[in-house]
Amino acid sequence: MIKLNNLNFGYSKKKLLFKNLSLTLSEGHIYGLLGKNGAGKSTLLKNIAGLAFPIDGVCSVKGFMPSQRLPGFLRELFFIPEEMYLPSLTPAQFAKSTGHFYPNFDIGHFNNMLNEFEVPLDSKLNKLSFGQQKKVMIAFGLAANTSLLIMDEPTNGLDIPSKSQFRKIIASALTEHRCIIISTHQVRDLDSLIDSLIVLHRQEIVLNSSLDAISDKLTFTSSAQLNGKKALYTEDGLGGINTIVANTEESYSKVDMELLFNAIITENTSVTDHLK
Amino acid sequence: MEFRDNEAIYLQIAGYVSENIMLGKWAIGEKVPSVRELAVELQVNPNTVVRAYEFLQQRNVIANKRGIGFFATNNSMENIENYRKERFLKQELPEFFRNIYILNISLEEIGKRYQDFKSENY
Repeated sequence: MIKLNNLNFGYSKKKLLFKNLSLTLSEGHIYGLLGKNGAGKSTLLKNIAGLAFPIDGVCSVKGFMPSQRLPGFLRELFFIPEEMYLPSLTPAQFAKSTGHFYPNFDIGHFNNMLNEFEVPLDSKLNKLSFGQQKKVMIAFGLAANTSLLIMDEPTNGLDIPSKSQFRKIIASALTEHRCIIISTHQVRDLDSLIDSLIVLHRQEIVLNSSLDAISDKLTFTSSAQLNGKKALYTEDGLGGINTIVANTEESYSKVDMELLFNAIITENTSVTDHLK
Repeated sequence: MEFRDNEAIYLQIAGYVSENIMLGKWAIGEKVPSVRELAVELQVNPNTVVRAYEFLQQRNVIANKRGIGFFATNNSMENIENYRKERFLKQELPEFFRNIYILNISLEEIGKRYQDFKSENY
Protein backbone atom coordinates (compact mmCIF):
# COMPACT_ATOMS: atom_id res chain seq x y z
CA MET A 1 0.00 0.00 0.00
CA ILE A 2 2.81 2.40 0.89
CA LYS A 3 6.23 2.16 -0.69
CA LEU A 4 9.07 4.51 0.10
CA ASN A 5 12.30 3.82 -1.72
CA ASN A 6 15.59 5.62 -1.17
CA LEU A 7 13.72 8.67 -0.03
CA ASN A 8 15.73 11.80 0.73
CA PHE A 9 14.12 14.63 2.56
CA GLY A 10 15.25 17.73 4.36
CA TYR A 11 13.63 21.05 5.13
CA SER A 12 16.87 22.48 3.78
CA LYS A 13 18.98 20.73 1.16
CA LYS A 14 22.09 21.04 3.29
CA LYS A 15 20.65 19.19 6.26
CA LEU A 16 18.87 15.96 5.35
CA LEU A 17 16.36 14.53 7.79
CA PHE A 18 15.99 11.26 5.85
CA LYS A 19 18.74 9.70 3.78
CA ASN A 20 17.95 6.78 1.46
CA LEU A 21 14.99 5.86 3.60
CA SER A 22 13.00 2.83 2.48
CA LEU A 23 9.79 1.50 3.98
CA THR A 24 6.97 -0.76 2.81
CA LEU A 25 3.63 -0.90 4.62
CA SER A 26 0.61 -3.04 3.80
CA GLU A 27 -3.12 -3.13 4.43
CA GLY A 28 -4.69 -4.89 7.38
CA HIS A 29 -2.20 -3.68 9.96
CA ILE A 30 -1.87 -1.13 12.71
CA TYR A 31 1.66 0.24 12.63
CA GLY A 32 3.20 1.98 15.61
CA LEU A 33 5.80 4.55 14.59
CA LEU A 34 8.37 5.32 17.27
CA GLY A 35 11.26 7.75 17.27
CA LYS A 36 12.92 10.26 19.54
CA ASN A 37 11.83 13.87 19.58
CA GLY A 38 13.08 15.49 16.41
CA ALA A 39 13.77 12.17 14.67
CA GLY A 40 11.27 13.14 11.99
CA LYS A 41 8.18 11.04 12.76
CA SER A 42 5.74 13.80 11.87
CA THR A 43 7.79 14.70 8.80
CA LEU A 44 7.73 11.10 7.61
CA LEU A 45 3.95 11.02 8.03
CA LYS A 46 3.67 14.32 6.15
CA ASN A 47 5.67 12.86 3.25
CA ILE A 48 3.24 9.96 3.07
CA ALA A 49 0.26 12.30 3.31
CA GLY A 50 1.50 14.68 0.61
CA LEU A 51 2.08 17.55 3.03
CA ALA A 52 5.86 17.58 2.56
CA PHE A 53 7.68 16.71 -0.65
CA PRO A 54 10.78 14.53 -0.89
CA ILE A 55 13.95 15.88 -2.51
CA ASP A 56 14.35 12.62 -4.39
CA GLY A 57 13.46 8.95 -4.18
CA VAL A 58 10.14 7.16 -4.59
CA CYS A 59 7.11 7.78 -2.43
CA SER A 60 4.09 5.82 -3.61
CA VAL A 61 0.77 5.40 -1.78
CA LYS A 62 -1.90 3.19 -3.39
CA GLY A 63 -0.16 3.83 -6.70
CA PHE A 64 -0.40 7.61 -6.29
CA MET A 65 2.41 10.06 -5.80
CA PRO A 66 1.31 11.95 -2.66
CA SER A 67 3.10 15.16 -3.71
CA GLN A 68 0.74 15.47 -6.71
CA ARG A 69 -2.15 15.74 -4.24
CA LEU A 70 -4.67 14.27 -6.69
CA PRO A 71 -8.30 14.11 -5.49
CA GLY A 72 -8.30 10.31 -6.01
CA PHE A 73 -5.46 10.06 -3.51
CA LEU A 74 -6.69 12.62 -0.98
CA ARG A 75 -10.10 10.99 -0.57
CA GLU A 76 -8.42 7.70 0.38
CA LEU A 77 -6.41 9.28 3.15
CA PHE A 78 -7.12 10.93 6.46
CA PHE A 79 -4.40 12.53 8.50
CA ILE A 80 -4.96 13.56 12.10
CA PRO A 81 -2.11 15.89 13.04
CA GLU A 82 -0.80 16.37 16.53
CA GLU A 83 -1.93 19.97 16.70
CA MET A 84 -4.84 21.34 14.77
CA TYR A 85 -6.62 24.55 14.05
CA LEU A 86 -10.33 24.01 13.74
CA PRO A 87 -12.87 26.39 12.26
CA SER A 88 -15.69 28.13 14.07
CA LEU A 89 -18.27 25.44 13.18
CA THR A 90 -20.24 22.90 15.20
CA PRO A 91 -19.39 19.20 14.62
CA ALA A 92 -22.56 18.83 12.54
CA GLN A 93 -21.68 21.82 10.34
CA PHE A 94 -18.13 20.56 9.99
CA ALA A 95 -19.36 17.10 8.91
CA LYS A 96 -21.69 18.70 6.39
CA SER A 97 -19.06 20.96 4.85
CA THR A 98 -16.13 18.54 4.85
CA GLY A 99 -17.73 15.07 4.82
CA HIS A 100 -18.45 14.96 1.12
CA PHE A 101 -14.78 15.08 0.21
CA TYR A 102 -14.80 11.47 1.45
CA PRO A 103 -17.10 9.23 -0.60
CA ASN A 104 -17.49 6.67 2.22
CA PHE A 105 -18.09 9.21 4.99
CA ASP A 106 -20.59 7.81 7.50
CA ILE A 107 -22.43 10.55 9.38
CA GLY A 108 -24.23 8.10 11.69
CA HIS A 109 -20.92 6.61 12.78
CA PHE A 110 -19.50 10.12 13.34
CA ASN A 111 -22.40 11.08 15.62
CA ASN A 112 -22.21 7.80 17.55
CA MET A 113 -18.53 8.26 18.23
CA LEU A 114 -19.03 11.84 19.41
CA ASN A 115 -21.73 10.56 21.76
CA GLU A 116 -19.42 7.91 23.13
CA PHE A 117 -16.68 10.51 23.55
CA GLU A 118 -19.20 12.83 25.24
CA VAL A 119 -18.41 15.76 22.96
CA PRO A 120 -21.19 18.37 22.88
CA LEU A 121 -22.68 18.52 19.39
CA ASP A 122 -23.73 22.16 19.53
CA SER A 123 -20.44 23.83 20.51
CA LYS A 124 -18.15 25.53 18.05
CA LEU A 125 -15.02 23.43 17.41
CA ASN A 126 -12.59 26.27 18.07
CA LYS A 127 -14.14 26.80 21.50
CA LEU A 128 -13.59 23.20 22.60
CA SER A 129 -10.67 22.08 24.77
CA PHE A 130 -7.64 20.44 23.13
CA GLY A 131 -8.78 16.96 24.17
CA GLN A 132 -12.32 17.53 22.89
CA GLN A 133 -11.00 18.84 19.56
CA LYS A 134 -8.81 15.80 19.25
CA LYS A 135 -11.82 13.54 19.82
CA VAL A 136 -13.81 15.30 17.11
CA MET A 137 -10.98 14.81 14.62
CA ILE A 138 -10.50 11.17 15.60
CA ALA A 139 -14.24 10.58 15.15
CA PHE A 140 -14.24 12.42 11.83
CA GLY A 141 -11.13 10.62 10.58
CA LEU A 142 -12.62 7.22 11.35
CA ALA A 143 -16.04 8.08 9.96
CA ALA A 144 -14.34 9.16 6.72
CA ASN A 145 -13.65 5.44 6.13
CA THR A 146 -10.50 6.04 4.14
CA SER A 147 -8.19 3.14 3.36
CA LEU A 148 -5.24 4.95 4.92
CA LEU A 149 -5.53 6.54 8.34
CA ILE A 150 -2.57 8.36 9.83
CA MET A 151 -2.59 9.62 13.38
CA ASP A 152 0.15 11.68 14.97
CA GLU A 153 0.11 11.26 18.76
CA PRO A 154 -3.66 10.61 18.91
CA THR A 155 -3.83 9.78 22.61
CA ASN A 156 -2.13 13.02 23.65
CA GLY A 157 -4.70 15.09 25.51
CA LEU A 158 -7.27 12.30 25.88
CA ASP A 159 -8.58 11.69 29.39
CA ILE A 160 -8.54 8.23 30.96
CA PRO A 161 -12.01 7.01 29.85
CA SER A 162 -11.45 8.44 26.36
CA LYS A 163 -8.29 6.38 25.91
CA SER A 164 -10.27 3.24 26.45
CA GLN A 165 -12.98 4.46 24.04
CA PHE A 166 -10.24 5.24 21.56
CA ARG A 167 -8.87 1.70 21.76
CA LYS A 168 -12.34 0.28 21.14
CA ILE A 169 -12.86 2.54 18.14
CA ILE A 170 -9.50 1.57 16.63
CA ALA A 171 -10.15 -2.13 17.29
CA SER A 172 -13.38 -1.87 15.33
CA ALA A 173 -11.83 0.24 12.56
CA LEU A 174 -9.17 -2.14 11.31
CA THR A 175 -10.19 -4.14 8.25
CA GLU A 176 -8.19 -6.07 5.66
CA HIS A 177 -8.42 -3.08 3.36
CA ARG A 178 -7.28 -0.49 5.81
CA CYS A 179 -3.84 0.59 6.91
CA ILE A 180 -3.52 2.53 10.15
CA ILE A 181 -0.32 4.30 11.16
CA ILE A 182 -0.02 5.74 14.63
CA SER A 183 2.98 7.68 15.81
CA THR A 184 3.27 7.77 19.55
CA HIS A 185 5.39 8.17 22.64
CA GLN A 186 2.69 6.58 24.79
CA VAL A 187 3.22 2.98 23.74
CA ARG A 188 1.31 1.64 26.73
CA ASP A 189 -1.87 3.35 25.56
CA LEU A 190 -1.85 1.22 22.42
CA ASP A 191 -0.06 -1.87 23.59
CA SER A 192 -2.41 -4.57 22.39
CA LEU A 193 -3.56 -2.73 19.26
CA ILE A 194 -0.30 -2.13 17.44
CA ASP A 195 0.71 -5.27 15.53
CA SER A 196 3.86 -3.94 13.85
CA LEU A 197 6.56 -1.64 15.04
CA ILE A 198 8.49 0.93 13.00
CA VAL A 199 11.43 2.72 14.55
CA LEU A 200 12.86 5.84 12.94
CA HIS A 201 16.35 6.75 14.09
CA ARG A 202 19.26 8.72 12.63
CA GLN A 203 17.71 9.46 9.25
CA GLU A 204 16.57 5.91 8.56
CA ILE A 205 14.16 3.13 9.43
CA VAL A 206 16.04 0.87 11.81
CA LEU A 207 13.16 -1.49 12.52
CA ASN A 208 9.98 -2.50 10.69
CA SER A 209 8.73 -5.78 12.05
CA SER A 210 5.60 -7.43 13.41
CA LEU A 211 5.47 -7.87 17.17
CA ASP A 212 5.01 -11.62 16.60
CA ALA A 213 8.27 -11.79 14.68
CA ILE A 214 10.02 -9.80 17.42
CA SER A 215 8.82 -12.05 20.23
CA ASP A 216 9.88 -15.09 18.19
CA LYS A 217 13.43 -13.79 18.17
CA LEU A 218 13.79 -11.96 21.46
CA THR A 219 12.88 -12.64 25.07
CA PHE A 220 12.09 -9.76 27.41
CA THR A 221 12.83 -10.73 30.96
CA SER A 222 14.47 -9.72 34.21
CA SER A 223 18.10 -10.60 34.74
CA ALA A 224 17.22 -12.98 37.59
CA GLN A 225 15.85 -15.41 35.01
CA LEU A 226 18.80 -15.30 32.66
CA ASN A 227 20.12 -18.77 33.54
CA GLY A 228 23.56 -17.85 32.27
CA LYS A 229 22.38 -16.62 28.87
CA LYS A 230 24.13 -13.60 27.46
CA ALA A 231 22.07 -10.41 27.58
CA LEU A 232 21.80 -8.39 24.37
CA TYR A 233 20.71 -5.32 26.30
CA THR A 234 20.12 -4.47 29.95
CA GLU A 235 18.57 -1.55 31.73
CA ASP A 236 17.97 -0.87 35.43
CA GLY A 237 14.28 -1.01 36.23
CA LEU A 238 12.11 -0.86 39.31
CA GLY A 239 11.85 -4.59 39.82
CA GLY A 240 15.44 -5.46 38.94
CA ILE A 241 17.38 -5.31 35.72
CA ASN A 242 15.26 -5.43 32.56
CA THR A 243 16.92 -7.55 29.97
CA ILE A 244 16.63 -8.52 26.32
CA VAL A 245 18.08 -11.90 25.35
CA ALA A 246 17.88 -14.06 22.24
CA ASN A 247 14.82 -16.31 22.30
CA THR A 248 16.35 -19.74 21.95
CA GLU A 249 13.64 -21.84 23.62
CA GLU A 250 10.66 -20.78 21.55
CA SER A 251 9.18 -19.33 24.70
CA TYR A 252 6.83 -16.38 24.67
CA SER A 253 7.37 -13.06 26.36
CA LYS A 254 5.49 -9.89 25.70
CA VAL A 255 7.45 -7.35 23.67
CA ASP A 256 8.42 -4.50 25.98
CA MET A 257 8.28 -1.75 23.37
CA GLU A 258 9.92 0.86 25.59
CA LEU A 259 12.82 -1.41 26.44
CA LEU A 260 13.25 -2.42 22.80
CA PHE A 261 13.16 1.22 21.72
CA ASN A 262 15.81 2.17 24.28
CA ALA A 263 17.97 -0.73 23.16
CA ILE A 264 17.77 0.43 19.55
CA ILE A 265 18.53 4.09 20.15
CA THR A 266 21.56 3.47 22.38
CA GLU A 267 23.44 2.48 19.22
CA ASN A 268 23.48 -1.04 20.56
CA THR A 269 23.57 -3.04 17.34
CA SER A 270 23.35 -6.49 18.93
CA VAL A 271 19.56 -6.22 19.26
CA THR A 272 18.94 -4.90 15.73
CA ASP A 273 21.43 -7.38 14.28
CA HIS A 274 19.61 -10.18 16.00
CA LEU A 275 16.29 -9.06 14.53
CA LYS A 276 17.62 -9.07 10.96
CA MET B 1 -9.21 -7.62 30.30
CA GLU B 2 -5.71 -7.50 31.80
CA PHE B 3 -3.23 -9.60 29.86
CA ARG B 4 -0.32 -11.44 31.44
CA ASP B 5 3.16 -10.89 30.05
CA ASN B 6 4.24 -14.52 29.85
CA GLU B 7 1.72 -15.91 27.39
CA ALA B 8 0.86 -14.80 23.87
CA ILE B 9 -2.24 -12.60 23.84
CA TYR B 10 -3.99 -14.77 21.26
CA LEU B 11 -3.70 -17.77 23.60
CA GLN B 12 -5.06 -15.73 26.48
CA ILE B 13 -8.00 -14.74 24.30
CA ALA B 14 -8.52 -18.40 23.34
CA GLY B 15 -8.54 -19.14 27.09
CA TYR B 16 -11.11 -16.40 27.68
CA VAL B 17 -13.39 -17.79 24.96
CA SER B 18 -13.00 -21.33 26.32
CA GLU B 19 -13.83 -20.19 29.82
CA ASN B 20 -17.02 -18.46 28.66
CA ILE B 21 -18.08 -21.65 26.88
CA MET B 22 -17.29 -23.85 29.89
CA LEU B 23 -19.15 -21.53 32.24
CA GLY B 24 -22.14 -21.72 29.92
CA LYS B 25 -22.13 -17.98 29.21
CA TRP B 26 -21.85 -18.80 25.54
CA ALA B 27 -24.03 -21.85 24.99
CA ILE B 28 -23.21 -24.86 22.80
CA GLY B 29 -24.65 -24.46 19.33
CA GLU B 30 -25.01 -20.72 19.76
CA LYS B 31 -23.08 -17.96 18.09
CA VAL B 32 -19.99 -16.64 19.84
CA PRO B 33 -19.07 -12.93 19.39
CA SER B 34 -17.70 -11.97 15.98
CA VAL B 35 -14.02 -11.14 15.59
CA ARG B 36 -14.84 -7.45 15.56
CA GLU B 37 -17.14 -7.59 18.59
CA LEU B 38 -14.56 -9.42 20.67
CA ALA B 39 -11.71 -7.14 19.49
CA VAL B 40 -13.72 -4.09 20.60
CA GLU B 41 -14.70 -5.67 23.92
CA LEU B 42 -11.10 -6.61 24.74
CA GLN B 43 -9.57 -3.53 23.06
CA VAL B 44 -7.16 -5.59 21.01
CA ASN B 45 -6.09 -5.78 17.38
CA PRO B 46 -8.69 -7.82 15.39
CA ASN B 47 -5.82 -9.82 13.84
CA THR B 48 -5.07 -11.19 17.31
CA VAL B 49 -8.68 -12.36 17.71
CA VAL B 50 -8.52 -13.95 14.23
CA ARG B 51 -5.49 -15.89 15.40
CA ALA B 52 -7.24 -16.98 18.61
CA TYR B 53 -10.28 -18.14 16.61
CA GLU B 54 -8.05 -20.06 14.18
CA PHE B 55 -6.43 -21.77 17.13
CA LEU B 56 -9.83 -22.74 18.56
CA GLN B 57 -11.10 -23.87 15.15
CA GLN B 58 -8.13 -26.19 14.71
CA ARG B 59 -9.02 -27.77 18.04
CA ASN B 60 -12.66 -27.96 17.06
CA VAL B 61 -13.80 -25.83 19.99
CA ILE B 62 -15.59 -23.46 17.65
CA ALA B 63 -16.61 -23.86 14.03
CA ASN B 64 -17.25 -21.36 11.29
CA LYS B 65 -20.60 -21.42 9.55
CA ARG B 66 -20.12 -19.61 6.31
CA GLY B 67 -21.70 -16.19 6.29
CA ILE B 68 -23.17 -16.52 9.77
CA GLY B 69 -20.22 -16.60 12.14
CA PHE B 70 -18.56 -18.80 14.74
CA PHE B 71 -20.40 -21.32 16.92
CA ALA B 72 -19.41 -23.43 19.91
CA THR B 73 -19.28 -27.02 18.59
CA ASN B 74 -21.20 -29.93 20.15
CA ASN B 75 -18.08 -31.43 21.71
CA SER B 76 -16.62 -28.04 22.53
CA MET B 77 -16.19 -28.79 26.26
CA GLU B 78 -14.37 -32.05 25.62
CA ASN B 79 -12.01 -30.38 23.15
CA ILE B 80 -11.32 -27.51 25.51
CA GLU B 81 -10.41 -30.00 28.21
CA ASN B 82 -8.08 -31.80 25.80
CA TYR B 83 -6.18 -28.75 24.71
CA ARG B 84 -5.99 -27.41 28.26
CA LYS B 85 -4.61 -30.72 29.44
CA GLU B 86 -2.04 -30.64 26.67
CA ARG B 87 -1.07 -27.10 27.63
CA PHE B 88 -0.80 -27.98 31.32
CA LEU B 89 1.45 -30.98 30.60
CA LYS B 90 3.65 -28.98 28.26
CA GLN B 91 3.90 -25.67 30.10
CA GLU B 92 2.93 -25.77 33.74
CA LEU B 93 4.08 -29.27 34.68
CA PRO B 94 7.76 -28.75 33.70
CA GLU B 95 7.75 -25.59 35.83
CA PHE B 96 6.26 -27.59 38.71
CA PHE B 97 8.84 -30.36 38.27
CA ARG B 98 11.62 -27.81 38.26
CA ASN B 99 10.40 -26.37 41.55
CA ILE B 100 10.02 -29.69 43.36
CA TYR B 101 13.45 -30.73 42.10
CA ILE B 102 15.11 -27.53 43.37
CA LEU B 103 13.25 -27.70 46.68
CA ASN B 104 13.92 -31.40 47.01
CA ILE B 105 10.30 -32.44 47.57
CA SER B 106 9.66 -36.13 47.05
CA LEU B 107 6.93 -37.51 44.80
CA GLU B 108 5.57 -39.49 47.81
CA GLU B 109 4.99 -36.26 49.68
CA ILE B 110 3.34 -34.69 46.62
CA GLY B 111 1.15 -37.80 46.25
CA LYS B 112 0.06 -37.67 49.88
CA ARG B 113 -0.72 -33.98 49.69
CA TYR B 114 -2.67 -34.52 46.49
CA GLN B 115 -4.85 -37.17 48.21
CA ASP B 116 -5.48 -34.77 51.12
CA PHE B 117 -6.33 -31.99 48.72
CA LYS B 118 -8.82 -34.16 46.83
CA SER B 119 -10.60 -35.33 49.99
CA GLU B 120 -10.77 -31.79 51.36
CA ASN B 121 -12.13 -30.18 48.24
CA TYR B 122 -14.07 -32.72 46.23
